[in-house]
Amino acid sequence: MSNTNPLLDVSGLTKHFPIKGGFPIRRTVGAVQAVDGLDFQVSEGESLGLVGESGCGKSTTGRLITRLMEPTAGRISYRGQDITHAGRRELAPIRSEIQMIFQDPYASLNPRQTVGKIISGPMEINDINPEGGREKRVRELLEIVGLNPEHYNRFPHEFSGGQRQRIGVARALALEPKLIVADEPVSALDVSIQAQVVNLLQKVQRELGIAFVFIAHDLAVVRHFSQRVAVMYLGKIVEIADREDLYDNPRHPYTRALLSAVPEATVDEEPRERIRLVGDVPSPINPPSGCRFRTRCWKATDKCASEAPPLVQAEGNKPGHLTACHYPETQETIPAPRLAKDPEAAA
Amino acid sequence: MTSTDQQPFLSIKDLKVHFSTEDGVVKAVDGLSFDLAKGQTLGIVGESGSGKSVTNLTILGLHDPARTSIEGEILLDGQELLTASERELERLRGNKMSMIFQDALASLSPYHTIGTQIAETYRKHTGCSKTEARKRAIEMLRRVGIPQPDMRVDDYPHQFSGGMRQRAMIAMALVCDPELLIADEPTTALDVTVQAQIMDLLKDLQQEFGTAIIFITHDLGVIADIADDVLVMYGGRCVERGTKEEVLRDPQHPYTLGLLNSMPSLYGPVDVPLTPIPGAPPSLLNPPTGCRFHPRCAFTEKVSGGKCSSESPLLEIVDGRGSACHLTAEQKQELFADFAATRHN
Amino acid sequence: MLRFLVRRILGALVILLVISAVTFWLFYAIPRDPAMMSCGKNCTPDMLKQVRHNLGIDHPVPVQYWYWLKGIFVGRSYGDFGDCAAPCLGYSFANRQPVLGTILDRLPLTLSLAFGSAVVFIIFGVGAGMIAAVKQGKWQDKLASSGSLIASSLQIYFVGYIAMYFLVAKLGILDNPSYTPLTDNPAEWASGLLLPWLVLALIWTANYTRMSRSQLVETLSEDYVRTARAKGLSRRTVFFRFAWRGAMGPIVTIFGIDLATLIGGAIITESVFSLQGVGRLALDAVNKSDLPMVLGVTLLSAGAIVVFNIVVDAVYALIDPRIRLA
Repeated sequence: MSNTNPLLDVSGLTKHFPIKGGFPIRRTVGAVQAVDGLDFQVSEGESLGLVGESGCGKSTTGRLITRLMEPTAGRISYRGQDITHAGRRELAPIRSEIQMIFQDPYASLNPRQTVGKIISGPMEINDINPEGGREKRVRELLEIVGLNPEHYNRFPHEFSGGQRQRIGVARALALEPKLIVADEPVSALDVSIQAQVVNLLQKVQRELGIAFVFIAHDLAVVRHFSQRVAVMYLGKIVEIADREDLYDNPRHPYTRALLSAVPEATVDEEPRERIRLVGDVPSPINPPSGCRFRTRCWKATDKCASEAPPLVQAEGNKPGHLTACHYPETQETIPAPRLAKDPEAAA
Repeated sequence: MTSTDQQPFLSIKDLKVHFSTEDGVVKAVDGLSFDLAKGQTLGIVGESGSGKSVTNLTILGLHDPARTSIEGEILLDGQELLTASERELERLRGNKMSMIFQDALASLSPYHTIGTQIAETYRKHTGCSKTEARKRAIEMLRRVGIPQPDMRVDDYPHQFSGGMRQRAMIAMALVCDPELLIADEPTTALDVTVQAQIMDLLKDLQQEFGTAIIFITHDLGVIADIADDVLVMYGGRCVERGTKEEVLRDPQHPYTLGLLNSMPSLYGPVDVPLTPIPGAPPSLLNPPTGCRFHPRCAFTEKVSGGKCSSESPLLEIVDGRGSACHLTAEQKQELFADFAATRHN
Repeated sequence: MLRFLVRRILGALVILLVISAVTFWLFYAIPRDPAMMSCGKNCTPDMLKQVRHNLGIDHPVPVQYWYWLKGIFVGRSYGDFGDCAAPCLGYSFANRQPVLGTILDRLPLTLSLAFGSAVVFIIFGVGAGMIAAVKQGKWQDKLASSGSLIASSLQIYFVGYIAMYFLVAKLGILDNPSYTPLTDNPAEWASGLLLPWLVLALIWTANYTRMSRSQLVETLSEDYVRTARAKGLSRRTVFFRFAWRGAMGPIVTIFGIDLATLIGGAIITESVFSLQGVGRLALDAVNKSDLPMVLGVTLLSAGAIVVFNIVVDAVYALIDPRIRLA
């Protein structure tokens, strides 16, 4: 928050998908409020994790900041330049600096192109001729992502899922981006492979100083990869904080419930805290008034229904830890084992 | 395999399931044995292509007979399933043994109401009237926690949310009080908060009905939550077997160890890289010789004479505990020692 | 449902209006004068003018179109030639017969031909497709796919004449194609049309075999079909209640369009078997530059397609509850 000149600055970002209907002439009768007033910043070289359950708007957010989608309202600025409604021409130089990695390593690579062609594609489009030629650069990139440079002429189907995701990473790196938006980059992979790709992304982030917006539903993966984490619910950020603060001191009831629901591969002597949310996420077409989480929250009062809680530094939060809740959780209510078992806290 | 003199409820012996494809024979399951007692939950863990789903389709006899060759023995309550007639299997399916699948939206018929689909199973196996079956369907929906079941019974699957669809699937699978329930990644497609709901539901229902459950998953976290016993599969074979506590606290196979180490956690240090297993799962068309895990294993040099690549390690199970690895117990104790230190429990 | 129908019918009327206007305009874009043809060899300019007036083509094209359109709703007067009551499509340039009456005369034959062959090809086509899907990779499947490949590469004028030669002339198994109205003598109606039905169906069957096979192969591998088996339902129940239900939608869609096309007239079939249906009427009208008749037939075939499209969409919604009509 204290960052004066962030790489990406998003404020009030909103995307509503219109719903058509009516009789006899069709018109817009409502809107799916996929993303509703997001504020966040990403500094250079920083990784921001965007977590939440399906339908919370995290993928839409990713598409908005890469400008694959046009925002309904709000402002996106990249290195101080407003790109909210920038046209093709204005976006062109920025497009090469913001790249994307997708979830499905099978569907996001053209099966009829060789790996070399896929990775050099972005360079061709942007007419970039690196020193020593494109092929040399592609071979370098293959090396960086842990693939054999000799595989330059192979096709995607000759690779396993994990290797294909590495190709996707190499393609994203081809233009030396400043920011990569990764949309669930490891969720389609087997557990043993997932760790390989997380490590690769971590290496890329550190060694090349690339900022990430890391979109995932897996809280443990996000904890490993992102220095800052934003939790989304029904199109809004309910809590955003530095990793340690968010995981060790979740102030929003939803964050806390989400963390308690993650199954851990451990057999604890004393059972972990278990918060079971009841019911389902309400429809984004007609979200609850006030706080959107109130219908499933065990603390909800009349105030929650009438007044939307602002995303602010709640009392007791460290700087940069923002929570959108009228009744934030307190440190005392966090069960002891969680803190005692954190080696960092112990150290 | 267990040393109890009592006949186990489900007993699989040396099961081999091979498919013939255009490229050759896929050895999807290659010599798998396990037992399951009534009221117990066995978690089967494995990655894609480990043979875990094939095993369970074979128990129900849902494989394509034209392309599959099966050897071995599957005994359910003393009855041999592999030689049973189609008619006999139809009587058992959905009745004594039933199954829930990963993708509830795809697995429920989009053309029939939830109520019809549940009632249909019940009528097939009890021969009761339509009204009675409908009553039973409403009752089952109520039990799996669907609000207003008498209204929702006439809804179609697409009108349900993801979590509710999985509940409806469970209601359908349990409508005839089966003694064996096979759950194939039932929570993988769900969000964590919904996953937690569904696992609680399964646990409650198991307590109530005493159902034996085979729970297939790739997620060791889910196993830790729901299973009594764990069977780790790799390349169509069982590589480790034991109670959940034994396997998760004291893994005895390098693959299990690798899986546990590669999982990111909500606890522990964050700025160290994860420890992945190198390489990729094997092709079952042309599996590695010897131990199928040896190309990805970190400890092959510790075994003398290159046995890992030439000789399949035997799975010896004593009191329900064992692993298929050439390393000696002493070697494992030494080599796996780091594990206990890095894990937080 | 009501909203859907109202909206779609309004849309259909707009489509028909556009089609008739375009046909009208296209007709005059071709340099051909129907008055010349009608006037005969020894035509004087005065006679030509008179003929033009009689045919009602002495006005500018938009005005003619307006009169034609008005005729449909309020009828039209042709002076000494007589009056034409409300749904008036005008009189033929060629033989001065009322267009509507002529089409209605020809329609029963075309409808008999269309529905009769449709019954044959839907039963045999889908039946063969079902067998092929169930016996995937076996000889039944191979037979069905090779058979449908051969059938779909045949042409009616080829099969039609061969069948006439062998089945009618040589062996005398089937009657010479002829049309007796169903209401006059059902037996003769059927025996006279049997050969055209079979020949027409043969060509179309192939399509349905291939389509229903591929649809069924797809639905048979659906997860919900596997679930149905896991519930203990028999193969037969699973096939008809689940797999077939899923395959039906696309088949119904194509069937509706095909039927509509046939109602617009099977030009080649009618010509091969010398049947006087709507198809022949259309062909003659075009040859004789008979604008009112062309318009009439065009309206019929376009109307059939539009109507069947609405029907298909409505049926689709009945088959698949996920489709909502709006």
